[in-house]
Amino acid sequence: MNWLGKLTWSAIPFDQPIPLVAGAVVVVVILGGVVYIVAKGWFPYLWREWITSVDHKRIGVMYVFLACVMLLRGFIDALMMRSQQALAYRSEGYLPPEHYNQIFSAHGTIMIFFGAMPFVIGLMNFVVPLQLGVRDVAFPTLNSVGFWLTASGALLVNVSLVVGEFSRTGWLPFPPLSETTYSPGVGVDYYCWALQISGIGTLLSGVNLVTTILKMRAPGMIYMRMPIFCWTALSSNLLIVAAFPVLTATLALLLLDRYLGFHFFTNTGGGNMMMFMNLIWAWGHPEVYILVLPAFGVFSSVVPTFSGKPLFGYRSMVMATLAICLISFMVWLHHFFTMGAGGDVNAVFGTLSAVIAVPTGVKIYNWLFTMWGGRVRFETPMIWSIGFMITFTLGGLTGVLLAVPPADFMLHNSMFLVAHFHNVIIGGTVFGAFAGLTFWFPKAFGFRLDETWGRWSAYLTIAGFYVVFMPLYAVGLQGMTRRIQHFDVPEWRLPMIIAAIGVLIALAGVVCQIITLFVSIRDRERLRDRVGDPWDGRSLEWSTASPPPFFNFAVLPQVDQEEEYWNWKQDAARRASLRPEPDYRDIEMPRNSATGVVSAFFATVMGFALIWHIWWLAGVAFVGAYITFVAFAWRDHDEDRVPADVLARADRENRAIRAEALKGYAPR
Amino acid sequence: MSATAAAHADHGVAGIASHQGPAPKRIVTGYGFWIFLLSDFVIFSCLFATWGVLVHSTADGPTTHDLFDLNTVAIETAALLLSSYACGLAGIAAQRRRAAAFQICMLVTAALGALFLGLELNEFWDLVAKGDGPQRSAFLSAFFTLVGCHGLHVSLGLLWLFTMMAQAFAKGFRADILRRLMCFSLFWHALDIIWVGIFTAVYLYGVYL
Repeated sequence: MNWLGKLTWSAIPFDQPIPLVAGAVVVVVILGGVVYIVAKGWFPYLWREWITSVDHKRIGVMYVFLACVMLLRGFIDALMMRSQQALAYRSEGYLPPEHYNQIFSAHGTIMIFFGAMPFVIGLMNFVVPLQLGVRDVAFPTLNSVGFWLTASGALLVNVSLVVGEFSRTGWLPFPPLSETTYSPGVGVDYYCWALQISGIGTLLSGVNLVTTILKMRAPGMIYMRMPIFCWTALSSNLLIVAAFPVLTATLALLLLDRYLGFHFFTNTGGGNMMMFMNLIWAWGHPEVYILVLPAFGVFSSVVPTFSGKPLFGYRSMVMATLAICLISFMVWLHHFFTMGAGGDVNAVFGTLSAVIAVPTGVKIYNWLFTMWGGRVRFETPMIWSIGFMITFTLGGLTGVLLAVPPADFMLHNSMFLVAHFHNVIIGGTVFGAFAGLTFWFPKAFGFRLDETWGRWSAYLTIAGFYVVFMPLYAVGLQGMTRRIQHFDVPEWRLPMIIAAIGVLIALAGVVCQIITLFVSIRDRERLRDRVGDPWDGRSLEWSTASPPPFFNFAVLPQVDQEEEYWNWKQDAARRASLRPEPDYRDIEMPRNSATGVVSAFFATVMGFALIWHIWWLAGVAFVGAYITFVAFAWRDHDEDRVPADVLARADRENRAIRAEALKGYAPR
Repeated sequence: MSATAAAHADHGVAGIASHQGPAPKRIVTGYGFWIFLLSDFVIFSCLFATWGVLVHSTADGPTTHDLFDLNTVAIETAALLLSSYACGLAGIAAQRRRAAAFQICMLVTAALGALFLGLELNEFWDLVAKGDGPQRSAFLSAFFTLVGCHGLHVSLGLLWLFTMMAQAFAKGFRADILRRLMCFSLFWHALDIIWVGIFTAVYLYGVYL
């Protein structure tokens, strides 16, 4: 019996310098970081306050941190792809085909699943309970499990850099290419198990946030008083609950084909690979709305704040959000019009795909009308927002173009498509994520991000986006297909070189982001947010201190209207006094738990064991995970009492600062 | 809660007093578990769809008419439904804090669940032994996956059931344990709903159509 399954020394790519060096650098950075933390004596603090924390704010911050690291990793892949295509005119470039294929597969997988997804989930985790006026999410420990499972999937994807190989089949593993006949290596298995593990994490997070929004709101926070960010979070998480199980099921079927010789998507035995297309896109299309709806929510928080006006058309915004939530499930076939489902079917899906632009258009107009007549402050979150409105509209228009089946037949799998989906995902989700990061950063850490460097990063990233992707639209219309490693058409050469220059501009934007972070930490005293309301905010998160106490609210706020905090602030400034002090009572807060990180450790081991066919280890890891959960269930004390005087002290301090700040506040 | 009600009265907003803030834990837990079960149903709906697409892709192998024995399936169905009845009784026993009755009802639930699982495994074993395993054709892949996924759920349910028995024995009927029992009960009943779908779409459809 072979105790290590398929794992041998040949799994380490000694003959391929690029992944080997990249992998070695990653290993050195991670190990160096761990050694540094332990040597500095920070580990107990990290373990106590972060790793085992079940506080939604801490978990949200960790999600965003993971997302930023993985966005960097995915961006490095982007740099390699752009430089390869710039060099690969009538030459092989510097990346051999099988390596290039791994890079574009890893780029898409990482950006969607481990960059964009953790970013929006992190923002929702951090913001939603604060905006709803409650102390935590519905299931705090499950929240921690969800985060650590996501991190576990991200770890597995990065392990594939050093041990074995990654998938070469694109960001979605289309069969029959992804079947063992054509992909006998472990690449597709890394892909599938990483996504199965992180997918469970995402699902748990979706269940958690849906339950939180529907069942845990401050007194009086009826649905039509919730900030739009909560509505978009609700829609996004409903989509997660409905769509992610489809991904789980589809990848499970592919894994059964690969591991046990089933015939779901094979060429032989009656398998049907177009069923894979239908299933994966029944998840995949809602997925893009899972990503972009929270970004819409961010803009709905940012634009009113920096325009000094309530959001225009609150009700139409709610309607538009829910319409998108519903229609997003009815358009999946537009990803494969060329399947040959016939004119009628294509017409229905094409029409619905165009129709989904209507509620999105409603939103764009609502944001524009919110700015109209307002006193707009062009600070960094607002620059991202305006960049979004222009860029996303353009991306939406090319989307409507692609929704026309005859046009799609010509543009299917072309660079035009690549430009389109980057246009909406970068212009929507990524700009939204950075707007949200700049907007809520002071709430999370107690100081703002540096404005000058922040603006430079926004301008350069937006400019870089245009310089990269406008040429790709052009070459797409000239017939350049996606995912090609080299080409011989002279007309494509100049656009490819321009796109490579564009990615360098975007790189400058990324560098500015990193400088922003360093400068802001260095100058944190200058950037300190002493009051807790740095932007003259409108929703309840700005009524807490920055950073908020672990219990968020000493007494749950009583909500009587939309924009409760804004109206409370105006009222208090006019009357020159706060509301009377509330009645403080003891509360219970959930205790920390290592369940999340321990179960994710076992999940990582199990995933690795399954990838390499080390069956005994997979069994051991399953038993370990089971024991972890039983140990959690056996706890006798799952909550700690927070006495009223602790709450009173924190709240009185916040009230004193607020009263002071309101003296200089001119009510509107 | 009375404090918040008074606050509502102060503001005199009609119709708002109905929203009193976060729901109690029992409601939140049950609600969240329902959402999770719905997501589980989505997995099954994918497998049902797969079955529907592949049911005639037999690759010149056996078809639905050649394989199923409705008598076994009838016994399986009876075992599963009766186990849910026993599970319901266990829930009542737990509410009345009757430890012995609870443990007996849970054991009956487990025994009936195990009977169901044994019959299913026996059916699977026979098929594989005849050479009609899941590798034979896409139709059989879909059959084994849909029915097997339900069986896997029953197996994990049994693991959960024994854990709950041990926990109720060790810790008594604490509030958090009662909440978990409620979730287990929802899970066990949800498996019946799935089974009714399988019974209809796989076995009855397979034999009579």
